[in-house]
Amino acid sequence: MERVMMKGNEALAEGAIRAGCRFFFGYPITPQNEVPEYMARRMPEVNGVFLQAESEVSAINMVYGAGGAGARAMTSSSSPGISLKQEGISYIAGAEVPCVIVNVSRGGPGLGGLTPSQSDYFQATKGGGHGDYHLIVFAPGTGQEMVDLIGLAFDKAEEYRNPTMILSDAIMGQMMEPVVLPEMRPELKEKSWATTGKKGRVKPNVINSLGILDKDLELMNIKLQEKYARIEANEVRYEADGTDDADLIVVAYGTTSRVVRSALSMLREEGKKVGLLRPITLWPFPKKILGDLAAKNKRFLVVEMSSGQLVEDVILAVNDRSKVDFYGKLNGTIPTVREVYEEITSLLQKEGRA
Amino acid sequence: MKKVFSFPRAMTDKRTHYCPGCTHGIIHRLVAEAIDDFGIQEKTIGVAPVGCAVLAYDYFDVDFQEAAHGRAPAVATGIKRVHPDSVVFAYQGDGDLASIGAAEIIHAATRGEKITVIFVNNAVYGMTGGQMAPTTLPGQKTTTSPYGRDTATVGYPIRVCELLATLDGPAYLERVSVHDPKHIIKAGAAIRKAFDMQIKGAGFALVEVLSSCPTNWGMTPKDALRWVEEKMIPYYPLGVFRSPEEVTSCDA
Repeated sequence: MERVMMKGNEALAEGAIRAGCRFFFGYPITPQNEVPEYMARRMPEVNGVFLQAESEVSAINMVYGAGGAGARAMTSSSSPGISLKQEGISYIAGAEVPCVIVNVSRGGPGLGGLTPSQSDYFQATKGGGHGDYHLIVFAPGTGQEMVDLIGLAFDKAEEYRNPTMILSDAIMGQMMEPVVLPEMRPELKEKSWATTGKKGRVKPNVINSLGILDKDLELMNIKLQEKYARIEANEVRYEADGTDDADLIVVAYGTTSRVVRSALSMLREEGKKVGLLRPITLWPFPKKILGDLAAKNKRFLVVEMSSGQLVEDVILAVNDRSKVDFYGKLNGTIPTVREVYEEITSLLQKEGRA
Repeated sequence: MKKVFSFPRAMTDKRTHYCPGCTHGIIHRLVAEAIDDFGIQEKTIGVAPVGCAVLAYDYFDVDFQEAAHGRAPAVATGIKRVHPDSVVFAYQGDGDLASIGAAEIIHAATRGEKITVIFVNNAVYGMTGGQMAPTTLPGQKTTTSPYGRDTATVGYPIRVCELLATLDGPAYLERVSVHDPKHIIKAGAAIRKAFDMQIKGAGFALVEVLSSCPTNWGMTPKDALRWVEEKMIPYYPLGVFRSPEEVTSCDA
């Protein structure tokens, strides 16, 4: 296995290619440009297609076409661009087309800034566009996870015929780390449902999200909700570090979880009983483990780079069985280890657990 | 005895939802006949628009993807890039193609995307109930231009073939009409050619078909066909705007 030093965005792009992605459609926007630039160089080497679309809207609709035609297809963008893609993502979810969408997120609202942010959590996890639907959302916390989770994102997209999202941010995308790249996947088998041309099939394959007649729409939504229930039952992923004997559990994902981890190791050296719960899937959300921990009288602090989005899911999961505090950063910078250390220390002092 | 007329194999026997006197049915048939003529039913993939033809996949016996409003050329691009040996066509109306999907069609055309686009221009938003379209004629009354299209405030109709003909990408652009049998035969030939272009790998091909909408124009089917001939054709001249031989002819 080769171990190489790569920027997060490039590690993700190479991970996608090794997972069998041969179709990339995107549009330039900072801080994700390394993804399309890497794909533009790399796709011709693997007989793949890189196409710079005329807009984010077109890029996601090209993905819809290519995914519907049975290929592993993806797009990447950053927050304002992901907003533009929401129409297409809703159609893709409704038509049950597998594909991967990458959001190397930046601060908003509006044009916002170019610095890292986690303020697209609601958009990513609650649907994002119109209608009742969910993406499977992965939040990588290391360069290695950028590689591993994009491969998993393609697999799960196909397994459930559902769009999946990698919710990354400017730090995860720009930072260089050593990664181990997997072997190139062998060629993928054809999908029976894809638009390939009938090729002797009796019935044509139709990829569609229209439910205008009789109970079509209700049935389509019931089928989707049954699928989402299966995903919630089977696809929750998280990392629990020192949560068993902790009094205080910090909940954080992605870039923020790295800062939290450093602060927690300082506190543990002081003998403090603190742990980390890091969601790896943001949807489905690890609500059961949080509920179980709350029932054991653990209390929680949520640290995120937003005004408080992840914290709402933690509060729902804890469901008044314990106390949930929040520490957020709004200015597009990451919280420092010192800030998080002091926040936790002052919480523990208030509780008399210091 | 020689069989001289039959139902196209590429069409289903689904009962139409189109209004009486609407010419979508004729255009569907011409597309199906082209698919039959080239024997490409097993490798054709259609892209349906949002608009009156949203249910096109019910009428064609070929694989289909339903696109969001205006996005059919982008969806067709994705499909064609995955299956370059298949035949991919998009079927779009005027609101879909020339208004909300203006960017998608211009860029698919300028890329020379090897797809076939059937563009049905009836100068009105049909499915939503007769609102002003990008191709509504000056002075034409619609539900959102109740006093007639006022070019001083809402501007002028878009001539799509002429606009796309400014680009180097398209291989074939032609405007036809289906208001009488003679023109229907010419329209059929143009649609066949647009598929032939793709089969031969020549590049982007679009046929604009002037079409009637008696329901939303508030006319009888017969008057509506006359309106196509007398009002639409003078604004939207028929002819070839781009062909591989760069032949330009006009036939009004």
